[in-house]
Amino acid sequence: MSAREEILGRIRRAVRDAPEVEIPRDYRTSVPVDDPVGLFAERVDDYRAVVHVLPAAEVPAKVAELVRGRRMIVPDGLPDEWTGGAAGGAELSGADGVVTGCAVAIAETGTIVLDAGPGQGTRAQTLVPDYHLCVVRADQVVASVPEAVARLDPVRPLTWISGPSATSDIELNRVEGVHGPRTLEVIVSI
Amino acid sequence: MSGTFLGMPGNFPKNAEKAVQNSQLRFNLRKATHTIRGKRASVVAELPDWKELRAAAKAVKDETLRHLDRYLVQLEEAVTRAGGHVHWARDAAEANRIVTGLVQATGESEVVKVKSMATQEIGLNEALAEHGITAYETDLAELIVQLGDDFPSHILVPAIHRNRAEIREIFLEKMPETPDGLSDEPAALAEAARLHLRERFLRSKVAISGANFMIAETGTLVVLESEGNGRMCLTLPETLISVVGIEKLLPSWRDLEIFLQLLPRSSTGERMNPYTSMWTGATEGQEFHLVLLDNGRTDVLADEVGRQALRCIRCSACLNVCPVYERTGGHAYGSVYPGPIGAILTPQLRGMGSELDASLPYASSLCGACFDVCPVAIDIPEVLVDLRAKAPHGAAERAGMRVAGWVLGDEARLAKAQRLASRVRGLVPRRLPGPLSAWTDTRDLPEIPEESFRDWWERHERP
Amino acid sequence: MRVALFITCVNDTLFPGTGKAVVSLLRRLGCEVDFPAAQTCCGQMHVNTGYRADGVRLARHFTEVFSGYDAVVAPSGSCAAMVREQYPKLVRPGSRGAAAVAEVAPKVYELSEFLVDVLKVEDVGAYFPHRVTYHPTCHSLRGLRLGDRPARLLSRVRGLELVPLPAADECCGFGGTFAVKNPAVSAAMGADKVRNVLGTGVEVLCAADNSCLMHLGGTLDRQKAGVRVMHLAEILATTEATG
Repeated sequence: MSAREEILGRIRRAVRDAPEVEIPRDYRTSVPVDDPVGLFAERVDDYRAVVHVLPAAEVPAKVAELVRGRRMIVPDGLPDEWTGGAAGGAELSGADGVVTGCAVAIAETGTIVLDAGPGQGTRAQTLVPDYHLCVVRADQVVASVPEAVARLDPVRPLTWISGPSATSDIELNRVEGVHGPRTLEVIVSI
Repeated sequence: MSGTFLGMPGNFPKNAEKAVQNSQLRFNLRKATHTIRGKRASVVAELPDWKELRAAAKAVKDETLRHLDRYLVQLEEAVTRAGGHVHWARDAAEANRIVTGLVQATGESEVVKVKSMATQEIGLNEALAEHGITAYETDLAELIVQLGDDFPSHILVPAIHRNRAEIREIFLEKMPETPDGLSDEPAALAEAARLHLRERFLRSKVAISGANFMIAETGTLVVLESEGNGRMCLTLPETLISVVGIEKLLPSWRDLEIFLQLLPRSSTGERMNPYTSMWTGATEGQEFHLVLLDNGRTDVLADEVGRQALRCIRCSACLNVCPVYERTGGHAYGSVYPGPIGAILTPQLRGMGSELDASLPYASSLCGACFDVCPVAIDIPEVLVDLRAKAPHGAAERAGMRVAGWVLGDEARLAKAQRLASRVRGLVPRRLPGPLSAWTDTRDLPEIPEESFRDWWERHERP
Repeated sequence: MRVALFITCVNDTLFPGTGKAVVSLLRRLGCEVDFPAAQTCCGQMHVNTGYRADGVRLARHFTEVFSGYDAVVAPSGSCAAMVREQYPKLVRPGSRGAAAVAEVAPKVYELSEFLVDVLKVEDVGAYFPHRVTYHPTCHSLRGLRLGDRPARLLSRVRGLELVPLPAADECCGFGGTFAVKNPAVSAAMGADKVRNVLGTGVEVLCAADNSCLMHLGGTLDRQKAGVRVMHLAEILATTEATG
């Protein structure tokens, strides 16, 4: 008998008399938040990432200021006004940073989610460079985790990012900066 | 290369006795567990619906286990449809054989690893080494354990028993490129690990991971991590092999809305862990293999009381609040699964044939702190008590408990025993002999009263 | 109100003073107290040590002895929790035993629950002019969820100064046979608890379980620490006349 058949057989024998289960979903699936962008910015800041909340018109200049002097990766599909005039490249080696958009952002947890869609690059492009600048549109900010899960497509490769790379492995104290980008900077465009 | 726990001699009380005498260990553990307790409590208190999330998580896991066969087949179909390959492993040896074969097929002799409990459980690194394949752990704590030729002592933070000064020494000794001037600041130590592993990430062709969740409906795998070593391993190598216990399944994509709230807050005490990766099948040109591992899980599933242990999402909140774990650390449990969850999982996965495994259900004062914090409501004390009923008992203890049961089984016998005790009350030595010396070594005995309550009642109150 | 006293085997044998205190306290509050003489032990030690069959025999005896009472009061959070929380798990659903447990278990109260929830009294008229700290034992805290009931009772005792105990919710390390099966860990936990108690500068350590107090008191006595342990009932029973 194959391992597959044997394991499935063992499972069927094991749960034969187990009761059926009803799932109570009484938790919050949406959370009323007065100022999702404000909460998002506060929570991102808690992770010691840098946050700027700016009117859309001021975003291009801010991006330009932040990417000046850095060799940036500019992924395909990133709106021109978010490139900061960086010479668009996709080359990983030698890049200092990457500028991306995102798929969705979560206020309660200060999380941005990338789904490798237009302007978000491949997973490697947002991982290897030491600096990640992410521009979030206000309408991409949802209040809670359930609202984010509902908006995302699981078939796409997803990367949930909550602050810069960190570890709690030494005495269970959080320290920023291990293998992923050590600096995460977020601009919320309102 | 760190060793495996399999076949470790001794028993929990003996191991624990040694551990509690190690004051450095006690200090490190106390500091770390108390730090994380406070963080967990504050982020859990932020969610007004924690209780409802917990109830939902428990039910989702129970429902998954009830129909695990169906969901596994569904998962297999979804992963295969997305270009991945699914393998089934009855036990550790079969899983190790499959993974070794897959690595050998790539022609590589080095692999990078993301921290994974399942691969530790099956001793994968050692099995690969027997075939000339070197596995490099990339999680900071795993790296500390591996370089220190040590055993993991915590599910989430395997090097929790080490403090910063000890970690610095290990790095200086085992990472030749590390400058002597390395400080013991956590940030500097993390930086040293970053430099040490950077090139390896960029050149490795094969990575091995576990997974926190697998979604049956979509075939999606989910890995939560902090450092980015997970993203490095999951993203950069050409071949990714994930070894995952069959109980890690969730039926639907939507179920993640529960678990992505419960897990980070329970484990590292953060609102969200820095990085979570989700991928479905072969992604961005990668070759993807999923090895589904039984290794005793279906035996656990067959136990009406014990099966709730399979709800575990390896958050380690139970370790962090456990007064026993806090004083012994993880090594005393002789398993990759230490602490309260280990005390119910290890004897179920491995059986209670060894002295060590048979002693694990007793490694608890049944204080219930673990049950309180468990995000999937595993009633650990209930399972411990159930396992104790199945554990082998020593002849002397059996005889003693039988006598006690006989005396307590009848009020006349109890009254007689009490009167006998009162009669000899002046003769009880301060230190008792035999197994009861375990009490009097550190504690005085209470004075035996002149008469029992029931005799007093009989004399004064009986109408 | 007519209540049955479930003294518990530990109190019966080693701490009769606690039983006497419960009797005098409940009578002072107008209860008629009965002591069913056939009672022995709830079976917790056997069940929790892995001797389920013996434990079940004792549990069956318990449900027979205490059937028919309006309320059963136990000066032990641990034994009350055994009956209420664990008995239902020992019986087969639908069996005669299950029916007996369903009848008796809900009427079993730990002393402070009975006072606060059933008699609806917090000031029991006690007088105890001492500095006291209270250790909420695990089965009172996480089993029965007694919450602040004992503290509410103690804070109404005249003359009593209630000092908060740091890390109060941590187990003292008794744990029944755990105390002798894992003596090193048990002693280490006890030592930490005692250190916290001594840090409060109290004269008396109080709890709702004499088994935990036996462990902590034994540790305190061995250290000649000069802190007494007292069961909650004994403090609540003390009045200006008796104290």
